[in-house]
Amino acid sequence: MNFLIISLIKAALIAFVLLTALAYLQWIERKVIAHIQLRVGPYRVGPHGLLQPLADVVKLITKEGVIPSHVNRLFYIMAPWLAVTLALISIAVIPFGPEITVGGVTTWMQLTDLRIGVLFVLAVSSIGVYGVALGGWASNNKYSLLGGLRSSAQMISYELPLALAVAAPLLLANTLSFREMVQYQSGYWLGFIPRWNAIPEILGFIVFLIAGFAETNRVPFDLPEAENELVAGFHTEYSSMKFAAFFMAEYANMVTVTAVATLLFLGGWTPLFPEPYSDFVPIIVFALGGLIAIYHGLNPARRKDKFTLPAAGLVFLGLAALFGVSLFVPVLKAILMALFWFCGKIGILLFIFIWVRGTSPRFRYDQLMRFAWTMLFPLSMVNLLITGLIVALTTK
Amino acid sequence: MQNTVPVSWYLILSAILFGLGVAGFIFRRNIITVFMSIELMLNAVNLSFIAFSYTLKQVDGHIFSFFVMVVAAAEAAVGLAIILTVFKNRDTLMIDEVSSMKY
Amino acid sequence: MTPLIFFIFAGIAVFCGINLVAQRHPIASALSLVGVMGSLAILYLQLGGEFIAAAQVIVYAGAIMVLFVFVIMLLNAGAEGAAPRVSGIVRYLGLILLAAFLGLISFVIQSMLPRTEGVVFGAFQGGTALEIGRKLFTVYLLPFEVTSVLILIAIVGAIVLARKEI
Repeated sequence: MNFLIISLIKAALIAFVLLTALAYLQWIERKVIAHIQLRVGPYRVGPHGLLQPLADVVKLITKEGVIPSHVNRLFYIMAPWLAVTLALISIAVIPFGPEITVGGVTTWMQLTDLRIGVLFVLAVSSIGVYGVALGGWASNNKYSLLGGLRSSAQMISYELPLALAVAAPLLLANTLSFREMVQYQSGYWLGFIPRWNAIPEILGFIVFLIAGFAETNRVPFDLPEAENELVAGFHTEYSSMKFAAFFMAEYANMVTVTAVATLLFLGGWTPLFPEPYSDFVPIIVFALGGLIAIYHGLNPARRKDKFTLPAAGLVFLGLAALFGVSLFVPVLKAILMALFWFCGKIGILLFIFIWVRGTSPRFRYDQLMRFAWTMLFPLSMVNLLITGLIVALTTK
Repeated sequence: MQNTVPVSWYLILSAILFGLGVAGFIFRRNIITVFMSIELMLNAVNLSFIAFSYTLKQVDGHIFSFFVMVVAAAEAAVGLAIILTVFKNRDTLMIDEVSSMKY
Repeated sequence: MTPLIFFIFAGIAVFCGINLVAQRHPIASALSLVGVMGSLAILYLQLGGEFIAAAQVIVYAGAIMVLFVFVIMLLNAGAEGAAPRVSGIVRYLGLILLAAFLGLISFVIQSMLPRTEGVVFGAFQGGTALEIGRKLFTVYLLPFEVTSVLILIAIVGAIVLARKEI
């Protein structure tokens, strides 16, 4: 019974945090792309556009949901539901931190640890193809059908290099569960180089990230859903909440891919330097951010920034103080440090995703498929073979 | 109610699914639906293998099931390619109409 | 808990199986087959086959059935016409015989396996990836290599059949 209550609390917490994070991930994307393109992005709704996601959610909920008369109703309604459900399920096996003891209860910062955690994530992403394919087919529209077919062909073609790139760290760590994978990557070579899998498996890491771009239909592989090709592809005929569901599914898939990349290749929540020195990194990072914000707030470029930038600076300094205080409270320290490193690594990878979106043109469809089958697939095979050879020669 | 399920119920479920697969194979006229009934039969056999592997407490049933899955994948790939070629030549998917070699 | 999960997912499997045979449109049949495969994966989990359950979802439901759905969408397969009429007597007789046949099979199966042998979730721990890998690469190495040649043959066959020039 105790286990059930703890799991329910963890599930509610993860669901709430994830949904908020998805909404604000869209805000971050719009701001970063805007600054890459030398403009400001959402600025007016709340300070620096922070209430923009809320406004978008209200708009999408209250917009009239039009179901055209020529669609296949059952599959039209089922496709976005399937996409969103599957995108959110795979967060269940992602560990956010080590074992913590809060108020007499000892538990891992993870909803559940499956012995086959990696296979579970791969299985969920395999079924996620159906959401896209059905959405394209049910719309009864040749552009949607072509977009849906192309998108699902792209997703299943890139699943192969994804799975092979995942297989190489599995060979090294000898386990399929995420928890043990992160435990394998703890510790330091020569005292200061972290034992992350990205260092011996750099080729696998790059292949995994590229395949992750294609799996989530992000630029430069977003031909099937781009707005100036195929009239927005498979979600042409969708409006209001169903369209928002597809969008949310895409961002949730992005978070899943970056979380799995962090766990498999970047060591999960293990810090970059050995323990006593790495405790000060969050404090330094947040304090620097706060000081820069306050400095720019003193002579701002726009009049409104005279209030918002110092306020942001104070928030950052408050976070730095929180991390400083947590150094003396062990329970808080374990949670906050793990969350800082894990979310920091995911944040850097998501920033790379958004950065690539702002700067790259997109592939044509046949270039995309040729890239998958003639370049990524042999590369990931070679990576797996070399890893297998080294493991076979160096054990026993 | 007891907290276990007799293994024979899994085998009965496998028999029911196999029977449904045979019914689909005999009665349907769309070639793709016939092919999917074959896949349903293969799945029923997989369930049977895993249930027996549980009874005998050995893992060999799982390995047989794995091989059945691999063979089903190869068969699906080639079979669907053949269906595409038949459609390109005869322009129909109903098996009753692909009968030019009949008497 | 175990009987509840068994009945729910066995019911879903049988319902989707009947749906597969009874539906007119091939896409509805294909999605019913995906439903069957998903519920069978849960039943494999109950019987201790965790690796096979994951392989079933990844390979069968996530790749083979996607191929089926592709072909149905490409060929634009429509709903079948009405089946030829069967007389009422034949239909009722068929149902009675079907029930008798299923009863006979159930009786034979239950007399083969003792009723006291129940399935307990977690009783069979040998279905992990470690055990399967161990057996696959030592005892069953020859079938493993032969299936890799089989897959190569299938790839070559599919590419040759799907080429543009006939």
